[in-house]
Amino acid sequence: MSFDFEKPLEDLETRIRELTALKESKPEVQTNIDKLSLRLEEECKAIYSRLTAWQTVQVARHPERPSLRDYIAGLFTDFIELHGDRCFGDDQAIIGGFATFEKHRVLIIGHQKGKSVEENIRFNFGMARPEGYRKALRLLRLAEKFHLPVISFIDTSGAFPGLDAEERGQAEAIARNLRDMSRIATPIVVLVTGEGGSGGALGIGVGDKILMLSNSVYSVISPEGCASILWRDGAKAPEAAEALKITAPALLKLKIIDEIIPEPVGGAHRNMDGVMKAVRKSLLKHLAELKGLSIKKLLDRRYEKFAKIGRF
Amino acid sequence: MGWFSWGKKEKNQEAPAKEDLWTQCTACKAMLFKEEWHKKWKVCPVCGFHDKLAARERINLLVDPKSFYEFDARITISDPLKFTDDKGSYAEKAQQACDKTGLREAVVTGRGKLHGLRIVLAVMDFNFMGGSLGSGTGEKIFRATEFARKKRMPLIIASASGGARMHEGIVSLMQMAKTSAALARLHEAGIPFISLLTNPTTGGVSASYAMLGDLNIAEPGALVGFAGRRVIEQTIKQKLPDEFQTAEYVREHGFIDLVIPRKDLRDTLHKLIQYSMNTKVD
Repeated sequence: MSFDFEKPLEDLETRIRELTALKESKPEVQTNIDKLSLRLEEECKAIYSRLTAWQTVQVARHPERPSLRDYIAGLFTDFIELHGDRCFGDDQAIIGGFATFEKHRVLIIGHQKGKSVEENIRFNFGMARPEGYRKALRLLRLAEKFHLPVISFIDTSGAFPGLDAEERGQAEAIARNLRDMSRIATPIVVLVTGEGGSGGALGIGVGDKILMLSNSVYSVISPEGCASILWRDGAKAPEAAEALKITAPALLKLKIIDEIIPEPVGGAHRNMDGVMKAVRKSLLKHLAELKGLSIKKLLDRRYEKFAKIGRF
Repeated sequence: MGWFSWGKKEKNQEAPAKEDLWTQCTACKAMLFKEEWHKKWKVCPVCGFHDKLAARERINLLVDPKSFYEFDARITISDPLKFTDDKGSYAEKAQQACDKTGLREAVVTGRGKLHGLRIVLAVMDFNFMGGSLGSGTGEKIFRATEFARKKRMPLIIASASGGARMHEGIVSLMQMAKTSAALARLHEAGIPFISLLTNPTTGGVSASYAMLGDLNIAEPGALVGFAGRRVIEQTIKQKLPDEFQTAEYVREHGFIDLVIPRKDLRDTLHKLIQYSMNTKVD
């Protein structure tokens, strides 16, 4: 899959592939390959350094973008998934468990998106139901009890808008998480890896540090939803995306997030190892800082962090 | 001066006198004598439909006369994103909302007495940009909650909102976390919080403070839910039952304690506060 704005890259990639196939018979094409590779990198850099908000949304939703399981595999050892909300069921759209990160034992929670149709059906496209939020809270309480720092990975278009989700109290489940996460007595680092979709994202998004990958987005409503309400036309999503200020640089400027983790040139989906390296470095830094704080100080700072958001 | 404001002139100035005296029930279309309807706090005597109350009207419904002291009345809208859509800027819309309602934000907060009991009260007004939760709204609710905690007074928040205010983007989303964090501290301090859910209470407001009451009370027929009906129908590709997301339906599913008609609201709240402040009752 690729986007319109990536067309020049795709063309270059095709030509490089073609030349590489010829290399056996005509070794002299190597110079051309090198030239084109260099141009590809430059084009990549150029295109990705001037993405519009709407293009960023598309990158953030890219099906090959690293998902939670890629981060678990790439950053942690010894992941032990824990299941169920002890109340209704085991949502697959939010998963969690113990894991080891470098020298830290931690607890991870996060939205799980699939990369195939079957997976997406199983994970409900990363759209959690109340039991997902309640499982997350249950695990957060475990983390508090066992003194494990928490890393929360956010990647969802939103909480699931379904009949069953409403009946089991979607609103209440998210609300309770917002309230209780503000007081969970252990460090919480939140990382938006793809889509930060409204309350469905915030429902596991209250923490001491909020980080975003450079091509991720975080928004109160999807650009399409906003466009269909305010512009009365869902096709105006690009305008809405711009107006909503949903990109990492915009959110850093608004002082909502603490840090942008730079993705490799061409986006996370082009270079998994590069992303892992950048995320690892950032998480290590923030965990070390947070672990050095007393719990009182930690919770006071967390309270202050959210208390000061807003302009009036 | 009565408890409601006659000051808001009808838009259509040429309307005959008859229009001033009569109104029509939104639900059953019955013609109602306006004065009677207002005396019943905008509840239809024919079908019982609870029409929306403006914030000032609800404050008058709930607190003892002349006991209300407003907090932070000067807090108003700033425009953190410099938001503009094809119909104009947020700043203009905000100004229109202020002019239309005589308010500066979608919530009025303050302290007052309910049958002599001291309470902190936050009342949202749906007429102000659909009661949407913006920075100013969040800040006022946050401050009222802090006040309740510090003075150890019970908190009542009456919600009427479509959810977070899109025009403030992520800043409005974060008001959900901010108000909920204040309620966490209130909860730890053992101070009661009664959430009153009125028509409608949905989206980011239901997914934050409105669902966090020690007691969640709703008015009859009020729309209470997270996602919008149309979005759900499109997602699950089936028609939803008529009673879906009504207060009674949500009570049946276990998320609302009581559905109380407006005429009994004040007395019921009085009783509940007495239970909730048992050792503290004067």
